[in-house]
Amino acid sequence: MADGWSIGKHAFTSRLLVGTGKYPDFPTMQRALVASGAEVVTVAVRRLDLSKKGAESLLEWIPKGMKLLPNTAACFTADEAIRTARLGRELEMGDLVKLEVIGDRRTLFPDVEGLVEASRVLAKEGFTVLPYTNDDPVTAKKLEDAGCAAVMPLGAPIGSGLGIRNPYNLRIIMETVKIPVLVDAGVGTASDAALAMELGAVAVLMNTAIAEAKDPVLMAEAMRAGVEAGRKAFLAGRIPMKLHAAASSPMTGLIGT
Amino acid sequence: MQVRLNGELREIPDGTTVSGLLVHLGVKAPRVAVEVNETVVTKDRYEAHRLGPGDSIEIVAFVGGG
Repeated sequence: MADGWSIGKHAFTSRLLVGTGKYPDFPTMQRALVASGAEVVTVAVRRLDLSKKGAESLLEWIPKGMKLLPNTAACFTADEAIRTARLGRELEMGDLVKLEVIGDRRTLFPDVEGLVEASRVLAKEGFTVLPYTNDDPVTAKKLEDAGCAAVMPLGAPIGSGLGIRNPYNLRIIMETVKIPVLVDAGVGTASDAALAMELGAVAVLMNTAIAEAKDPVLMAEAMRAGVEAGRKAFLAGRIPMKLHAAASSPMTGLIGT
Repeated sequence: MQVRLNGELREIPDGTTVSGLLVHLGVKAPRVAVEVNETVVTKDRYEAHRLGPGDSIEIVAFVGGG
């Protein structure tokens, strides 16, 4: 079943996007990336450690053909995020950016004001902006109006593994905006990924849930299956929930009646 | 002349270009991006862009992230 999706001019088949942080080592990361089936991997932009000449480059361990999605993680102002996005574009030679403007160190919740401001600037510069945002429909609409190519509301705080904390808001966001909605952050296990997809997300982005699992490669496989199952369930259309039973077997023709 | 390189003060020869600096540091140009005074210097301008005293230079690369 052909079931592709796209952001801006970029078309994809896999609906699982994965990060490259927190893995125990590069070989494990590489095997997990392959097992995930992802076509897009996120990367961070950081100062080069000038004291470590010839340090192993992350890029050598990312399977060929995977699309890099530079992020602006740990940026706390719109200006920092804009500068980091421009550097990421220079490194990647592409137009995609996962835009983060963080408002609080403990929760890593977004500073939505800075996020909208940075989105507007970067969209005007021709970036395909994918903002990591709160599960707030009003902000999602503002990001759409600012020219973002998608919105990526959180399921729960980054790295928390708490799963999809507010499925109703996510559904309202999906109703509110016309651009693709990806669920980014908070996923802990495969059923969380499936739930995000069942709600109607076009894709799910995760890092910690795979990288810090006891067996990252097996978890990558599980997440891939979870995303696929959730997507199929969404397309198939689930039954409405009912308070009482609805028998699956006929209630008539029973023996002894 | 003195410049600020990735947050640290460093002495580099007068008139050093961005490409000269990368060679001096032993950094492979395709793997990095360079910003001087908060503006990206694109790769095609590494040869031409001469650094000046007090310049603030950032050399960045991709690392693992989510």
